[in-house]
Amino acid sequence: MFEPVLLKNIDAPDGHQLSAYEAGGGYRALAKALREYTPDEVIDLVKQSNLRGRGGAGFPTGMKWSFVPKQSDGPKYLCCNADEGEPGTFKDRIIMERDPHQLVEGLAVSAYAIGAETAYVYVRGEYVKAIRRLEQAIAEARAKGYLGPRVLGSDFNFAIHIHCGAGAYICGEETAMLESLEGKRAQPRLKPPFPAVAGLYASPTVINNVETLACVPHIVMRGAHWFRSIGPDKSPGPKLYCLSGQVKKPGLYELPMGIPLRELVEDHGGGPLPGRRIKAVIPGGVSAPLIPEAGMGVGMDFDSLAAAGSMLGSAGVIVVDDTTCLVKVATRIIEFFHHESCGKCTPCREGLNWTVKVLRRIEAGEGAPGDLEQLDKLCKGIFGNTFCALGDGAAMGLRAALAHFRDEFVAHIEERRCPFH
Amino acid sequence: MREKIEEAAARYPDQRSAIMPALLIAQQEHGHLPGPILEEVADILGVERIWVYELATFYTLFHTEPIGMFHLQLCDNVSCMLCGSEDLLKHLETALGIKKGETTPDLMFTLSTVECLGACEMAPVMQVGDDYHGDLDIGRIDTLLSRLRADAASNAADDAVPALPGE
Repeated sequence: MFEPVLLKNIDAPDGHQLSAYEAGGGYRALAKALREYTPDEVIDLVKQSNLRGRGGAGFPTGMKWSFVPKQSDGPKYLCCNADEGEPGTFKDRIIMERDPHQLVEGLAVSAYAIGAETAYVYVRGEYVKAIRRLEQAIAEARAKGYLGPRVLGSDFNFAIHIHCGAGAYICGEETAMLESLEGKRAQPRLKPPFPAVAGLYASPTVINNVETLACVPHIVMRGAHWFRSIGPDKSPGPKLYCLSGQVKKPGLYELPMGIPLRELVEDHGGGPLPGRRIKAVIPGGVSAPLIPEAGMGVGMDFDSLAAAGSMLGSAGVIVVDDTTCLVKVATRIIEFFHHESCGKCTPCREGLNWTVKVLRRIEAGEGAPGDLEQLDKLCKGIFGNTFCALGDGAAMGLRAALAHFRDEFVAHIEERRCPFH
Repeated sequence: MREKIEEAAARYPDQRSAIMPALLIAQQEHGHLPGPILEEVADILGVERIWVYELATFYTLFHTEPIGMFHLQLCDNVSCMLCGSEDLLKHLETALGIKKGETTPDLMFTLSTVECLGACEMAPVMQVGDDYHGDLDIGRIDTLLSRLRADAASNAADDAVPALPGE
């Protein structure tokens, strides 16, 4: 039986309070890091752990930290991406609402490692409760000397500020988030320079996801070897899976990286609703190409899902059953990307607009012969030609739906109606 | 408003960063963000007015037009759609006599559909003000609407009571 790490305090009614966090061993990792490790040693430890970013891209966290220049006169920044917007994802909200000190401690240890004295946590504006809980946690931690000048008597000074988002999925893209933090419209930046060299206010900046940062204190306390012993060696650690859609027991599950998708959905999630059969599963938020039922043996980790033509993304696992029209799901997903396109580049802005129109007419039974080839062509025009990954995610998702469920699209066009209505 | 905005601005080395928090503060106080309020925000922060306008119109949580006392924001993204949000939308439209994107004539309710609220474990879900309401069905929607109407009525009654001297 896997012992929860990130969710161990989650069901405690007072789990969001400092006293409960301390009683469970909280802030010992910060004390240990400051007392026993140099910043470089913390970076090495995280490198050895093979921790990879939980926001979606899976970039090795320790390596990202090591890109920050050691010698730099100006300030360095740590930014936490808590703009959780990938449809199907709710893990960061639950951490912030129920165990916010885990994030605060993760921020403090990580900032110490990269030499930042200021962190901004970019939380989506809808998460009012999470924001309040985090504000309270920051105030409590400051009062106890875990934040502020000379943290725990060391030379490390550290402050955390919360920045509320205002509704823009694109802020999940790290450079768009930096633009937003600088008070601009959230549109991605041209890279290079990468944020580690010139990020927030053109200063060296590291951007990490909430869950990634929450892993850090545990690695400091229990070691890199322990972390790597959970799940596949190249993609290890405890992992939060957000299970939703047409499944008996939706919810947040903490399990090792790499567990088979089928085990997650059927053993932990209770399988499909009574009398229904699973048709497909979206494994990592709507940017991740869907996996048909037959492919559910795939391991839920970065490398296994990539090899299967999908991605772990944010681990937002959405179950779709046999009563649901796949054309409708695909249409809703592309409508979402079209709505959230920031408008900066043409293939995404115009391509998705066009794609939505074709999909809507197919779903309405007004599709014409040649529409599917048109969709293929649109995907080709978007994929690889956009400024950031938003357009790629949209095109990859649609391509998977067209590849695995082309017969449903064809039926809509031939029967001139949605067969599910 | 000025005091709160200046307090928020102190968190950033650059005043432009404070535009978003300032707009959230202004919207909380005024309900929405008409032109004169945007100009006031720009003046308080000493930033270009266009910088304020472009944020107020780019981010979906900012409202430049008035909205109802209760903003019903029903998620219609994939997980909620799979759990029945379409039927809930139809029901809300019938119950309120408005279409999505509209406000009731008494300015009590604005009905919107929104993209994923990040609470798919309790799909279908709707945000009203600061609060999330999950695991919704038609019965729960009706209960919620009655409660909101009662809240509005009791607020109106409170406002009608003249304050006692010294209060």
